[in-house]
Amino acid sequence: MHYKGTEMDIIVAENVHKKFKLKQGQQVNNNGIISDEIEVLSGFGLKIKKGEFLVLVGPSGSGKSVFLDLVGGLSAPTSGVVYLDDKPVEAPSAKTGYVFQQYALFPWRSALSNIEFGLESRGVVKEERVKIARELLSLFGLSDFEDRFPYQLSGGMQQRVAIARALATKPEVLLMDEPFAALDAQTREILQNELIKIWEGTDTTVIFVTHSIDEAVFLADRVAVVTARPGRIKDIIEIDLPRPRKVDIRSSPEFAANRHKVWGALKAEVNKAQQDWKLAPVFSE
Amino acid sequence: MSEEVIVASEVGLKNRSIDFSSYAKHGKYLLKGFNKWSQGIPLVLVFFSIWEALPRLGVIDPLFLPTFSTTIKTLFDLTVSGKLLLHVVVSLQRASAGFGLAILVAVPLGFLMGWYNKFERYTDLLVQSLRNISTFALLPIFLLVLGLGESSKIAIIFYGASWQLLMNTISGVKSIDPIYIKAAKSMGVSDWDLFRKVILPASIPSIIIGARLGAKISLMVVIAAEMIGAKSGLGFFIQNAQFNFMVPEMYAGILALAFLGLLVNYLLVWFEKKTTSWKGEIGSSILG
Ligand SMILES: Nc1ncnc2c1ncn2[C@@H]1O[C@H](COP(=O)(O)OP(=O)(O)OP(=O)(O)O)[C@@H](O)[C@H]1O
Ligand SMILES: [Mg+2]
Repeated sequence: MHYKGTEMDIIVAENVHKKFKLKQGQQVNNNGIISDEIEVLSGFGLKIKKGEFLVLVGPSGSGKSVFLDLVGGLSAPTSGVVYLDDKPVEAPSAKTGYVFQQYALFPWRSALSNIEFGLESRGVVKEERVKIARELLSLFGLSDFEDRFPYQLSGGMQQRVAIARALATKPEVLLMDEPFAALDAQTREILQNELIKIWEGTDTTVIFVTHSIDEAVFLADRVAVVTARPGRIKDIIEIDLPRPRKVDIRSSPEFAANRHKVWGALKAEVNKAQQDWKLAPVFSE
Repeated sequence: MSEEVIVASEVGLKNRSIDFSSYAKHGKYLLKGFNKWSQGIPLVLVFFSIWEALPRLGVIDPLFLPTFSTTIKTLFDLTVSGKLLLHVVVSLQRASAGFGLAILVAVPLGFLMGWYNKFERYTDLLVQSLRNISTFALLPIFLLVLGLGESSKIAIIFYGASWQLLMNTISGVKSIDPIYIKAAKSMGVSDWDLFRKVILPASIPSIIIGARLGAKISLMVVIAAEMIGAKSGLGFFIQNAQFNFMVPEMYAGILALAFLGLLVNYLLVWFEKKTTSWKGEIGSSILG
């Protein structure tokens, strides 16, 4: 029998393994064993509650993006299952939306038309699409930019449009892979504030990947720490900060305490990953 | 495409001020375009002056090189009398028939080869071998097989124009950033929509560059083909003038060819700018 989550859990990852076959001639060191298969996730298990804001942190290369792709139905686990609403994910679901670090806006479409994209696939009529897209643009303060192409928008604006595009289909689960990593510190904070305000008014479940502990603590209900590759969940930290999150909470002692907890869990893994990289050239000789 | 157009017009209706300013901008662009273009005029004038001077000063026998003014006058007379126009139209018809056929065949083939690795593996060797044979070297074969009629000319133009279109379509498809595919898939597109709404528009800039090169080749090949076996067309006209020692006519024909090439090129650059306006300034001007 499969062990499933309670009805409170919208996503359940169960003993997920993911390996990639490398190109001919390429090799990798999996815990001392040289192989032509890279083991990215190993025994990865995680339950995500309906409506929660879960942040994934972990060293670079630990398989966070790979995990999001599994949840998004963009690739399949080698073994194990990811359930979305108790059904194994096999293809991209209409219930999920995806936001990428590189924005991934279609450069040949205007801001408005980018937001319409997902709605088109769902057969929403033009009028309704435009209405939804305009509402979202206004939510992000971009009403005057609807006819602009991505190259005419700043990075922050592009990412707002990308988030709006993912929200347009009213996803139950929003996957966000380092969405603010390419932005400057100020824009980043502004977007964090906007995102958390918008999210607190919805019941969307968010899985958010970041390398910034401050960002994790500010946004999250829970922070899940992923181990160095092969990735699995090492620790889950409840962030006991009140909601709605106020902007000035960032300077509170409670914030610092949570920050400390997350860093404590993460530190060893980051060091381990660095060790791994230092050894890498020796093994590839 | 049509959807974007609708959006644009709706924006225009809703926001009149944007419309006006875009007209003003358009005018400015035209002016800027002309300014850029006009900087090339002096050198062309120098060229024409030297052309005028050489036969006049007796450096070159005017029998072999008539003065520029004589040539222009001949060109003018030929144009007014409509004699030249007929040939120009015929050449353009042949070139566009061959070029159109090349688009119909090479672009879809390019998509297949660019998208399906397996398909490319099967076809690549043949394509690479054929592509590196000069089109002109094959001209006699086409004439031999298809005869002196229209079909051999159109076929050779089709053949010459296809390669650039094919190569550019393939590289256009291959260089699509996978993140666009991933984003589209995450929004649940069907395969057909993925092609129509992502792969096609993403590879358009590359295809258009291929089309520009293909169109140039079409013009070159049509002239060559008409010189070998034809009773009409600009190539025939130039060749015929030469055989009959109508030297000014011959040069007039060549001049007409230059104008035609210039015109076609500007048309295609304009088309490229129009279809890839979403790329911003740098993208479209580098290869202008
Ligand atoms: N298609 C693939 N083929 C081979 N290896 C892959 C593939 N995709 C990912 N990997 C490998 O899997 C590992 C994890 O990748 P992933 O992108 O999930 O890391 P990450 O945790 O998101 O890292 P970062 O924080 O740097 O984004 C990396 O070592 C990467 O090289
Ligand atoms: Mg990643």
